[in-house]
Amino acid sequence: MNRAFILSLLCAAALLLTSSLYTVLETEQVIITQFGRQIGAPVTAAGLHRKTPFIQTVNRIEKRILRWDGPSADMPTEDKLYIDVDTFARWRITDAQQYYIRLRDERTAQSRITNILGSETRNSVARHQLVEIIRTQRDRKPVVDASADAGVSNVLPDIRFGRAALEAEILAAARPTLAEDGIELLDVRFKRINYNPGVAAKIYSRMTSERQQIAARYRSEGEGEAAEILGKRERDMAQIESEAYRKVQEIQGKADAEATGIYAAAYGQTPEAREFYTFTRSLETYRTVFARETTLVLTTDSTLLRLFKYGPVAPAK
Amino acid sequence: MKNITPPDFHMPGNPSRLAVPALLAVFALWFALSSFTSVPTDSAGVLTRFGRFIEVVKPGLRFKLPLGIDVIAVVPVERRLTLDFGFSTPGGTNPYQRPDDPEAERNIVTGDLNMALIEWIVQYRIENPKEFKFHAIDPERTLRDGGEAVMREVVGDRTIDEVLTIGRQEIETEALTRLQALVKRYGLGLTVMNVQLQNVHPPKAVQASFSEVNQAQQEKQQAINLANGEYNKVIPRAKGEALRKVSAADGYAAKRVNEAKGDAGRFNATLAEYLKAPEVTSQRLYLEMMQEVLPQLSRKIVLDEKAGQIFPLLQLDQKTK
Repeated sequence: MNRAFILSLLCAAALLLTSSLYTVLETEQVIITQFGRQIGAPVTAAGLHRKTPFIQTVNRIEKRILRWDGPSADMPTEDKLYIDVDTFARWRITDAQQYYIRLRDERTAQSRITNILGSETRNSVARHQLVEIIRTQRDRKPVVDASADAGVSNVLPDIRFGRAALEAEILAAARPTLAEDGIELLDVRFKRINYNPGVAAKIYSRMTSERQQIAARYRSEGEGEAAEILGKRERDMAQIESEAYRKVQEIQGKADAEATGIYAAAYGQTPEAREFYTFTRSLETYRTVFARETTLVLTTDSTLLRLFKYGPVAPAK
Repeated sequence: MKNITPPDFHMPGNPSRLAVPALLAVFALWFALSSFTSVPTDSAGVLTRFGRFIEVVKPGLRFKLPLGIDVIAVVPVERRLTLDFGFSTPGGTNPYQRPDDPEAERNIVTGDLNMALIEWIVQYRIENPKEFKFHAIDPERTLRDGGEAVMREVVGDRTIDEVLTIGRQEIETEALTRLQALVKRYGLGLTVMNVQLQNVHPPKAVQASFSEVNQAQQEKQQAINLANGEYNKVIPRAKGEALRKVSAADGYAAKRVNEAKGDAGRFNATLAEYLKAPEVTSQRLYLEMMQEVLPQLSRKIVLDEKAGQIFPLLQLDQKTK
């Protein structure tokens, strides 16, 4: 009996204790309500806290940075291209009191953000050309592969604002509205931007034609360079051959001249030498001129036959 | 255990007498089990007391206040974790590693408004367990979102050619820098170590035209090689031929000059002899010549100067034997 009494007393004490104490985690803040009416300021310090038992209720609210992942949606840009846009945002509850009054729980808050950011995103996208949403750095020059020299597609279209500016624009537009609900919107980013299937087909055919253009250029470059090399072959050929001809002629001419000089010097040294040269040269010529099938008619008056005719007595000449 | 087991525990009898010891035993077990946590060596423990952060504890067996007063959350700080984008590696242990929709994730619009299929990974580590636990909700999901946004941002500023070929390294570095900044700004308690591009392709529908470009490039090279071949087939031979001709000319020149010198020397020598007795020598030379020439001739006709009139009667065109 005694034991049962102690037991129930303990239970009652435990109940009282759990009802008058509560913990606050590092990740949350707490609003205490009494019959639905808020009591005091939100409790943000983590740890063990006291409250009036039984009549006060603990309402836990996130203190961490929260995540909002927007649904991906088709929307047109200013240049009438339909794109599939997926955004995400970071937010946190800065005014727990306001948040608790206006929205109460996170699910409501998420759908509120979806409504506001959804329409702001649409507005912003509709006011800008596609390229403004894709590009970020305004002055970036693309790196060009010098060896491939692909040319055609190495151009980045110019932009005036860029993705970061659009994100800032959406953020600035949504912030004041959400601030009224005790929410601080920290940032909004485009997570994913894709062409919708109809647009993608067009993009593909443009990419294909662009590549075919590049291919055609490569082919004609190849033919051009080949023709150039063949032309060079012709030129080098002519140059080599003519140069060889020139050298040959020069060398031979020089040698001929030298030989002529040598002959002239030898044969023309004195009148006797000139005479002797004529004489021996004539004899030499006879040797070659008179060949086998020659009929020679000699008169007996010739030097050779004079002796034959007259005998050893030399005639008076 | 010792002081909570009543001495009459084994005595059978009134069941209500047993209920109290049983409750006490369950309580004791809970008390004992909740008074320590084992923190693995690759992890750290985040200790909170009544929800308030106390400290980060090191690996090992850590004792704590029981009954949920102290809670140690184990965070794998040493582990290198990976997120896959645009593809998924089967069998990953990290629940955030696989993308929800790889197909949509890898389709990225480039700065020249083309499209590329890009697969990449982000490697990260939990650097600050306290921040990781308390600062932002679901840090790893946030890293996923950020990883995708950053990659699209970087690719959105590059041409399709940069993305597919030369710009890979630069894209990785740029994405890493931006993602690191983002992680720091969001206070995720993570550190991004690496952003690596994996497969990067043009979209399926245009892959054929991309290989056509490669093929055309090959064809260009081939045409050039062929022409160079033609060139090389002819020009070196022509050069050799030219050298040969020049050498031959050199030979001719040497021969011509030497012959001239030889002829001149011979002439000078005979001339010297001739000058000693011109009359006799010329007679001799003449007769020698005649002796040499005459035997070769097929017909020799000797006429007396008075017999000139028979000359027309000779059959001069008759062939000799």
